[in-house]
Amino acid sequence: AFKAAVLIQQWYRRYVARLEMRRRCTWRIFQSIEYACEQDQIKLHNFFSYLMDQFTPSSSKERDFISRMFVSGESYKEAELEKYCDYESIEVPDSYTGPRLSFPLLPDHATALLEAFKQKQQLHARYVLNLLHETRKHLKQLPNISHVSTCYSEEVTVCGDLHGQLDDLFLIFYKNGLPSPSKSYVFNGDFVDRGKQSLEILIILFTFLLIYPKEVHLNRGNHEDHMVNLRYGFTKEVMQKYKVHGKKILRMFQNVFCWLPLATLIDQKVLVIHGGISDTTDLDMLEKIQRDKFISVLRMKKRNELSAKPEMQAINGESKSGTDAAGNEAAPRLSLQPQSAQAPSTANRLEFSRWLRQTVQEQMDTCRRLVDISESESEELTCSSMVSLKDVDEPCWTRQEEWKQILDILWSDPMPQEGCRENKVRGGGCYFGPDVTEKFLEKYNLQFLIRSHECKQEGYEFCHNRKVLTIFSASNYYEIGSNRGAYVKLGPDLIPHFVQYQANKTAHLLTMTQRQGIPVVLISRVEESAFRALREKLFAHTSALISAFKAYDGDNTGRITLSNWATAVESVLRLGLPWRMLRPQLVRSTEDGMLEYKSWLDDLAMEQRSQEHIQSSLLEVIYRNRSNLETIFRIIDRDHSGLISFEEFQQTWKLFSSHMNIELTDDGINDLVRSIDFNKDGNIDFNEFLEAFRLVKQCQ
Amino acid sequence: VVAEIEKKITEAFEVFDRESNKTVDVREIGCIVRSLGCFPSEAEVHELLAKVGVEEPGGFVHLEKFLPVMTEVLLDKSYQPIPEDVLLHAFEALDENKCGYITKEDLVKYLTEE
Repeated sequence: AFKAAVLIQQWYRRYVARLEMRRRCTWRIFQSIEYACEQDQIKLHNFFSYLMDQFTPSSSKERDFISRMFVSGESYKEAELEKYCDYESIEVPDSYTGPRLSFPLLPDHATALLEAFKQKQQLHARYVLNLLHETRKHLKQLPNISHVSTCYSEEVTVCGDLHGQLDDLFLIFYKNGLPSPSKSYVFNGDFVDRGKQSLEILIILFTFLLIYPKEVHLNRGNHEDHMVNLRYGFTKEVMQKYKVHGKKILRMFQNVFCWLPLATLIDQKVLVIHGGISDTTDLDMLEKIQRDKFISVLRMKKRNELSAKPEMQAINGESKSGTDAAGNEAAPRLSLQPQSAQAPSTANRLEFSRWLRQTVQEQMDTCRRLVDISESESEELTCSSMVSLKDVDEPCWTRQEEWKQILDILWSDPMPQEGCRENKVRGGGCYFGPDVTEKFLEKYNLQFLIRSHECKQEGYEFCHNRKVLTIFSASNYYEIGSNRGAYVKLGPDLIPHFVQYQANKTAHLLTMTQRQGIPVVLISRVEESAFRALREKLFAHTSALISAFKAYDGDNTGRITLSNWATAVESVLRLGLPWRMLRPQLVRSTEDGMLEYKSWLDDLAMEQRSQEHIQSSLLEVIYRNRSNLETIFRIIDRDHSGLISFEEFQQTWKLFSSHMNIELTDDGINDLVRSIDFNKDGNIDFNEFLEAFRLVKQCQ
Repeated sequence: VVAEIEKKITEAFEVFDRESNKTVDVREIGCIVRSLGCFPSEAEVHELLAKVGVEEPGGFVHLEKFLPVMTEVLLDKSYQPIPEDVLLHAFEALDENKCGYITKEDLVKYLTEE
């Protein structure tokens, strides 16, 4: 009987181990795709840099077109902003049954809002705008670094990323209680994007902020940034929910975001920031920066503003790439190296422009300070006014240094190795090591850091010898069952207590059951989702994969070994995934350990293809670049109408394809464009376009 | 063939390598070995760990040490599963009343008794 038990045990443990492996692989897939997606952001930046460096508009139309990409939004002075986003003239019909807000806000308003959102009601645009105006007024008085003390309220609750997942916020309030004079909260950024209820979360958080200003503290996250919002869903959400006033609302949010404080300090001992730190993070500088000048940490420079400067004119005249002080500074870390993904000819042009940059180094240094961060007209800096900034009383650090401080705070990630290096994966901020943390804590006499920004399976994770705590509050972030959310409570002893949760009952079951008996079906759901995303990615790289496979198939037999398959796939996709472990899920049939790669890729294509008459290579390209395309469309679509003209679409596509080195005839483009102009009225609804190719992301 | 096996082992190892520094917690070794297709008993896992050179339970295993030992295991095809019919016999052996099933409590009792 003993032997029997051992035997069964052997089988059982093997079963559990296999499931654990599958679970971890699934996690890896989601994570690597998420970060690879953020890497796309780098490519997008390079595309814009390329445009600035290389593109000479041949007509005034093209010039307008390009400049529109960079001059996103007219600049508003404060008074103009108020006028434009005025809410008082907006009438609220009697038929409106949602909550009505009056100011100053009271706790009853908050409960009314919570109730309304639970019933899936929507707050009227007038109240949204009113709320945003009041929020802005309040935030403007706050310092860059908020201070919280645990002696006034017994403990402080710190929450991490919420990413539009309202259910998680409800769960937190349910488990922990609403904010009140005896219940302090710090929300550590990334309230929006990806999830579908970013608006509701912001409305609730801002409401509580105004009702309990001493107890509720908000930090800015890297997603509180309209450039990021264009890509990751918040812009879309607002426009969908508020078709008439969406534009105004977005404008207000853009302004409110830049007034959010950058950090919170608890008892002078615990620093809460969204991303992390770098070896140059300077709290004194951070305290003094004018944070509202940094509307988007990812902004590109205004091309036309620079050419207005007489000094810059000369440079512009001399070299086409004069403005790459712009291209250089907007994201100094990003555009320094040409990406290896670009074709040599493009790379050569970048090389050339880099050389040109170097030859006008001196003037570049001066222009470097003209980094365009703000949109406001009154902030236009000429060289002479830059000089006057060097007053005796004023700190004389540059805009660029300030910008780097904020970028690092919002985008950095901890790493296990010592040192501090560029965060190339995200395209911004640093990877900082335990030594950087140690030095920083010592310098400012702190006990530990709390940050968010990274999804963690258990909702929280310590690193750097328990000196850095990551707290992540969006459960099931990648997929139902992928991870728990958590929040942390600190009392006067500053010892962290964690509470974990998961917003969905079946999901709770899913992660819990790792340790007990596991219904395989549930794991399969999450897994299937991950593999679907992975197969999409593989399909999008069909041509590159074929080339890679062919390299291993010298005799042109059409088959390669599974080992070579794994190596080839990694060399193309560069996701760092354990392909050999994933192979059984990706490759259905093999013969004697060899794979017929063409038919495998055909199978993949069959799953993805929707419209037969479009060239499959084109489809592949669109797939690969759909996020970027969507972002570009949204930038062009200034009035957020969802429509761009035929011509604009063609121009976008032409530029994009030349940058990506795609062979496409004019006929090819015309065919494509015609096929998606469903109304035949000369306007492209790009939502329809993306929809037509099933390019809109799964969550749609 | 050996190279391929080593790549497989390295991949599986890296999935559990939290800090990307080529070490895993010793408690995960059982999981890794099993996900590579082996069916060792707990005792056999301990033997393996001894070969790798880890004695205390709280330690870490380095890929360098793990790789050769695991490669040998895979080449020798150690820790193969007993066929399913034998597994069925095992269940039958525990089913004292011959009623065709074992309750969860009984199973847990048997598996957790030493």
